[in-house]
Amino acid sequence: MNNSDPGKAGSFSRRSFLKSIGTTAVATAAAQTQSIAAELEKANAETTIGPGAVPVTLQVNGEALKLQLEPRVTLLDALRNYSSLTGSKEGCDRGTCGACTVMIDDTPVYSCMKLAIEAQGHAITTVEGLAKDGKLTKVQQAFMERDALMCGYCTPGFVMSVSALLKKNFRPTADEVRHACVGNICRCGTYPRIMEAALQAAGVATAMNKTEVITYG
Amino acid sequence: MADTPAPELHWPKDPKYISQSTRRIDAVAKLTGKARYSSDIQAEGWLYGMILRSKWAAARITSINCEKALKVPGIKAAVTVKDGERRIHYYGEELAAVAGTSKTACLDALRAIEVKADELPFAVREEDAMKPDAPKVWDDTDSNVSKPKVTERGEVDKAFSECSAVVEGFFVTPVQIHHPMETHGNTVSWTDEGVTAYASTQGISSVRDGLAGALKVPNSQVRVLTDYMGGGFGAKFGQGVEGTLAARLSKEAKAPVRLMLTRFDQALAVGNRPSSFQKIKLGATADGKLHAFQLESYGTAGIGAGASSAGGGGGADFPAPYLYKIANDNVRVTQTTVAVNAGSARAFRAPGNPTASFAMESILDELAVKMGVDPLELRIKNDPNKERQQEYKVGAERFGWKEKYKKPGSSPGVIKTGIGLASATWGGGGSKNTRGEVQISPDGSVEVRMGVQDLGTGTRTVLAVIAAEVFGLKPEQITVKIGDTHYPPGPGSGGSTTCASISPAIFDTCTNALQQLQTQTGIADARGENWLGACKKLGVNPLTVQGKWQEGLSSRGAGGVQFAEVAVDTETGLVTVKKMTCVHDCGLIINKLTLESQIYGGVIMGMGYALYEQRVMDRQSGVVLNPNFETYKLTGLSDMPEFDIVLLNMPERGVIGIGEPATIPTASAIANAVANAIGVRVSSLPITPDKVLQALGKVPTAKPESVS
Repeated sequence: MNNSDPGKAGSFSRRSFLKSIGTTAVATAAAQTQSIAAELEKANAETTIGPGAVPVTLQVNGEALKLQLEPRVTLLDALRNYSSLTGSKEGCDRGTCGACTVMIDDTPVYSCMKLAIEAQGHAITTVEGLAKDGKLTKVQQAFMERDALMCGYCTPGFVMSVSALLKKNFRPTADEVRHACVGNICRCGTYPRIMEAALQAAGVATAMNKTEVITYG
Repeated sequence: MADTPAPELHWPKDPKYISQSTRRIDAVAKLTGKARYSSDIQAEGWLYGMILRSKWAAARITSINCEKALKVPGIKAAVTVKDGERRIHYYGEELAAVAGTSKTACLDALRAIEVKADELPFAVREEDAMKPDAPKVWDDTDSNVSKPKVTERGEVDKAFSECSAVVEGFFVTPVQIHHPMETHGNTVSWTDEGVTAYASTQGISSVRDGLAGALKVPNSQVRVLTDYMGGGFGAKFGQGVEGTLAARLSKEAKAPVRLMLTRFDQALAVGNRPSSFQKIKLGATADGKLHAFQLESYGTAGIGAGASSAGGGGGADFPAPYLYKIANDNVRVTQTTVAVNAGSARAFRAPGNPTASFAMESILDELAVKMGVDPLELRIKNDPNKERQQEYKVGAERFGWKEKYKKPGSSPGVIKTGIGLASATWGGGGSKNTRGEVQISPDGSVEVRMGVQDLGTGTRTVLAVIAAEVFGLKPEQITVKIGDTHYPPGPGSGGSTTCASISPAIFDTCTNALQQLQTQTGIADARGENWLGACKKLGVNPLTVQGKWQEGLSSRGAGGVQFAEVAVDTETGLVTVKKMTCVHDCGLIINKLTLESQIYGGVIMGMGYALYEQRVMDRQSGVVLNPNFETYKLTGLSDMPEFDIVLLNMPERGVIGIGEPATIPTASAIANAVANAIGVRVSSLPITPDKVLQALGKVPTAKPESVS
């Protein structure tokens, strides 16, 4: 592959865009014709990316992850199968369950719906990157204390969705937690506890549910 | 040791950890991404595996050619499920599998496999498959319908004539799909030395036995490991076709193969809860006592139902009459099962019970309405179980049943509220074959070992809690090793029997170990603060002790009562669950925190059964129309009601189990609440907005029998 600079892959979408609008733009904007034509020529001169593996560099949890990936490889596939970062889970691989949620520049994103090459140049945080020096974050700590996990397979996704919410909104309401987690599914049924954990992590008082042990007889 | 008669054991009277709340000991691993699930295993040189499935609901395969698939760059092996001609019985049945260096290579390879097939007629819906001229799912039968299983006791016809009120109804429950968040699958390595499988399973022993049988390898050469797995709900006991294929691919490619199903696969071929169609008749005498019961039902367990010996003979049965006592046992039950061209059923959380409960609890409410009595009173009058009698009382009080109960349909306004209740019964109990082992090291560290797996219920933590209790240590000081068939055999995680199996076994193990430690070191009480000193006296070698399940520490029979409050929008048909009050008993509570989590989980799964979940088959093409989460709807966080969970602690009964009873009555209670709100009954699950509007007479053109 000619494309040895992983940074160039980031210009992929811009170049395609230029190609697609090229003809119209040239016809209607005479003054810019020359510069656009020059851009086009430059764009066309570049090698098409793929279908074979190309170098891709991802910034994951503050470290550069250098990989050789086909352009069609998703960020989730790259993390789970081309590196050892298996914390992000594959539950559906089509953007419906949220188990693969990561943060890209602090925004929660389904990593199964993002191509790895598109994620270049952004700060990616996975569940492995939350706890620093073995100390759980407030969100993780609250999930543990409230037992907001059972089998745990959806848990990394929920932790990322709640963590992303709390980065932007320090004191969310219950409705805001619901909204933040609307793209995550848990089959074991830990939702009431996830709600409690999210609010506890934010320091918001919560007493929606009651549980009690009584003696028989 | 393990085989000497043990002195009678008793759970400690004043426990420090048992019955309290202990945090999940594997929470940190799961919350930081360190926990390695079966789908996370990256064995040295591992390959990706994928399965090619039938796109036909019924077909005769004449040839499968994998040559082109093997030429795809990165592909290392391709195998067919069976060479030569074969019959396909459902959409999604496994045809072949490939292994390659990447997922993308496997996707390309699946497209390159050439399959020649003659399509055959099929029937995917129960009513179609039951017709005498319907295409036969199995070639060796002349009907898709099994011989009815008939039970008749008492004098049913006479009894009905003695009743002062008789009600009849027809109730339908859908095929529900397990959909654990981690799909089925394994990473398997098959070399000359044997087979190692990292399986996403709820039964490492059954997977070992299954693999050994399918691969014709001695059991002793098969090792199954399940450190972490992402849910099963009854569908993950065997190695499955996918496990066998992964092993064969591994042998062929001389490399470990990780073959996890896709979400799409998950909806087709690895189990479901059978459907049911129940014609039910119930009568009571003037004093409100149930007097006569009659049920005719059919349902499908996919290809696993019907009359063929090849497909299995049952799977769609359920207990009837459910839970309540019928006077003089005046009961007539006729149940059949129908084979259809669809994936086979598997055990699904409380098999048969939510299905049975829905019709029974619904008809019971209809009877209450007809007799003009409170549905709660009718249950109290006819429920023979003494624990549930207390649960009705406690639950009704906390829920405010008396204050909230109104005549059906009397709620004013567009959004109507209603309440309903239903009950559960379950066996549970422990497996006496369970064994455990503990190793106490001279440095005081403790390792507990058992060949059991944690389905997500908190099995690991239960073992730590009991070991800590016996040794006077903290649960976090106990290292728990599970999920390995090299450890002493534990139970499969099913039937709500895990806790009642492992708790007595590990209690016996640790009690034995403590006695030996004390005998060996001469320290009268080695527990707690004396622990380190005692262990130091062990010298060089650790103390390894085994133990086994003992009588008297567990029992069977758990129950529960759930109360639901709903709001029904009569303009959109949308049902919202506002509140669930759940009162359950399961004997001695081991870990309150994880027990509550299981009740939440059961109820939430029951909400899905009530309102959202159903597999939809297309009668024209024979395919599953909703093999994904866009169209197969699961309960979400925003659907959560307010919860009130009450646990009835009964230490004197020992450990029982809770996973299943918690999910049994939920859908029934919700359905009753919906009927109470709108004054008419939606008699088929799930109660979707279209059915509510139809019941309210707001959909003039819909045919009442158009239930899939």
